[in-house]
Amino acid sequence: MRLAGADSNTESLEGEGRVDRKKQQEAYENYVKRKTPVHNLPANMTKAFITGGIICVIGQSILNYCEKIGLDKDISGGWTSMILILLSVILTALNVYPRIAKWGGAGALVPITGFANSVAAPAIEFQKEGQVMGIGCKIFTIAGPVILYGVFTSWVLGFLYWIGKIAGLL
Amino acid sequence: MDYINAFWVGGLICALAQILLDRTKLMPGRVMVLLVCTGAVLGALHIYQPIQDYAGAGASVPLAGFGNLLWKGVKEAVDKEGFIGIFLGGFKASAVGISAALVFGYLASLICEPKMKK
Repeated sequence: MRLAGADSNTESLEGEGRVDRKKQQEAYENYVKRKTPVHNLPANMTKAFITGGIICVIGQSILNYCEKIGLDKDISGGWTSMILILLSVILTALNVYPRIAKWGGAGALVPITGFANSVAAPAIEFQKEGQVMGIGCKIFTIAGPVILYGVFTSWVLGFLYWIGKIAGLL
Repeated sequence: MDYINAFWVGGLICALAQILLDRTKLMPGRVMVLLVCTGAVLGALHIYQPIQDYAGAGASVPLAGFGNLLWKGVKEAVDKEGFIGIFLGGFKASAVGISAALVFGYLASLICEPKMKK
């Protein structure tokens, strides 16, 4: 039965071409609509809020400790980033971070730990493609754009700031 | 108190980013780029630093804080070194974060085998 159905389908495809293709397209779009997961925005936002909040609290506790032992503000910030990145890479290597990201969504993506995850994960995944073209290139898959546009944006702003200073506006 | 401020501000930034992820077709990488650029612009407009003074790690840990850090580095370098500071400050300020991510990420790739996605 299925074979016969398939046969008639191909025949009509050859026969009526466009009309059928349109029907097929419609059926396909319906299928995609059905299969695309429906997002529950408030629930996802709550999860992101909790996950991101917890990561920031961990950061705050590192920051407070560094300032307590007398490090200056910038150096404390550096230690905080470094330790959070280290934790994130370890959790990525243990395959725990993907699970946190699956639950927390943007809450795991937006903190600097998400940046570290986006560096470590492709480096681990593409090691079979070699040191240079595998790890070397793929490690920048997401870090590359982030660094490029971050540096470029701050460069443009710095340029404007410099002009402002020359012109005596600032 | 600083823990509560860090929690709700950091959480709020993440919840807003979640709207971008769910409601638009922006991929995670684009959201990250957008946040860093937004942070740099808000930093230059003197908006981000007051938030960071209030929320501490709640504002410095999300990637927008990374953008603010880039801008702060550029500004300080321009104040100190003039024109060449525009090229100097951003990388200098973000050096710890970028180096740590690259070095630890690379070490992880030496130690770990890739895992199958389930």
